[in-house]
Amino acid sequence: MKIAVASGKGGTGKTTVAVNLCLFLADAGLQTTYADCDVEEPDGHLFLKPEIISRRRTGIPVPQVDPEACNLCGECGSLCRYSAIVVLKDRVMTFPELCHGCGGCAYICPARAIAEVDRPIGSVDRGNAGKLGFISGCLDIGQAMSPPLIKEVLKETPDDGVTIVDAPPGTSCPAMTAVGDCDYLLLVTEPTPFGRHDLELMLKAVRSLPMPKGVVLNRVNGPDAAMEEMCGRYDVPILARIPEDRLVAEAYSKGLTAWEAVSGYRTVFADLWSGIQKDAGRCGE
Amino acid sequence: MRVAITSQGRDMESLLDRRFGRAAFFCVADTDTGELTIHDNAQNLNAAQGAGIQAGSNVAGLDVEALITGNVGPKAYAVLKAAGIRIYLAPDGTVAESLQRFKDGLLEESLSANVEGHWI
Repeated sequence: MKIAVASGKGGTGKTTVAVNLCLFLADAGLQTTYADCDVEEPDGHLFLKPEIISRRRTGIPVPQVDPEACNLCGECGSLCRYSAIVVLKDRVMTFPELCHGCGGCAYICPARAIAEVDRPIGSVDRGNAGKLGFISGCLDIGQAMSPPLIKEVLKETPDDGVTIVDAPPGTSCPAMTAVGDCDYLLLVTEPTPFGRHDLELMLKAVRSLPMPKGVVLNRVNGPDAAMEEMCGRYDVPILARIPEDRLVAEAYSKGLTAWEAVSGYRTVFADLWSGIQKDAGRCGE
Repeated sequence: MRVAITSQGRDMESLLDRRFGRAAFFCVADTDTGELTIHDNAQNLNAAQGAGIQAGSNVAGLDVEALITGNVGPKAYAVLKAAGIRIYLAPDGTVAESLQRFKDGLLEESLSANVEGHWI
């Protein structure tokens, strides 16, 4: 089962929930893998402290034009949605940093003048943290495009056991790529107007995706009628209401997890897991 | 010679559009014949990326020798340079005023981009 942990607003506690849920599942004896898809700023490793066994570089294919073979017909430039390849009167120019690696130009070139070469964008790490499997993507500094690397991380996730995907914040391409084919989507939010506003953006963004969704309210300090009403309106259950506790912040500021450092938090994640299973069952997963 | 000028509107009295990639229009003036044509650039207004490249490629297709505008980013500059188009950055004014400044030799040719790209 693949569970993605996303949000709308950043900083609501995705990594906290993802990491602690993983520790609970591994401790309960399930084969569990943590996959850090927040490739622009991965931070799961700070808490799980994995032993890294392999690191592989990865890239996307970008066009290389053979000027001898090219007849300047302009088909490649017309096809490209990203202005990564453009045909002038006497030459073809490419802008590899804009290329999304779709392969369209190479495919469509009638003169077969375009080869695809690899443009490195980042790395994928694999390792273990005790019984927990660990995969993480890290985008190279200066790279702007994360979805291709996120896809590489997801390709490495196992087919069996439980995989928890720690998604990037926000509601645009990186977040949607990370949650795309999960079996269950957890959305973490905080009880502030920003938290509620950005959760609603995400609820709208994922409305047409087929997987069941549940919300985790993090840092709760009293009832939140507006949040409850909104989740009800989108027909999304609130699976956990994690109480605000300074001890959790003190723990993570030292690189410790709530699981190991704050007694009483273990039941939070046990209950969350039951909630996920029950809701996934309700939705016929 | 043919000169392209970025314009906010469809005639010579329109204001110079300081943007190149997302300029509203390109006015193409022939300094020899006085002929004037207007070209819409709306397709690039909402382009997520590559507006400068696209505009550069479009302007290259208009067979101009020079471009008068306000700002040119690094990718647009690369395309215009590859197409052999000389770039002149003008102060605020109308399209007609900008063309006159060019004819009077008051505009200096720009040898590099003068602004950064928008996100990459």
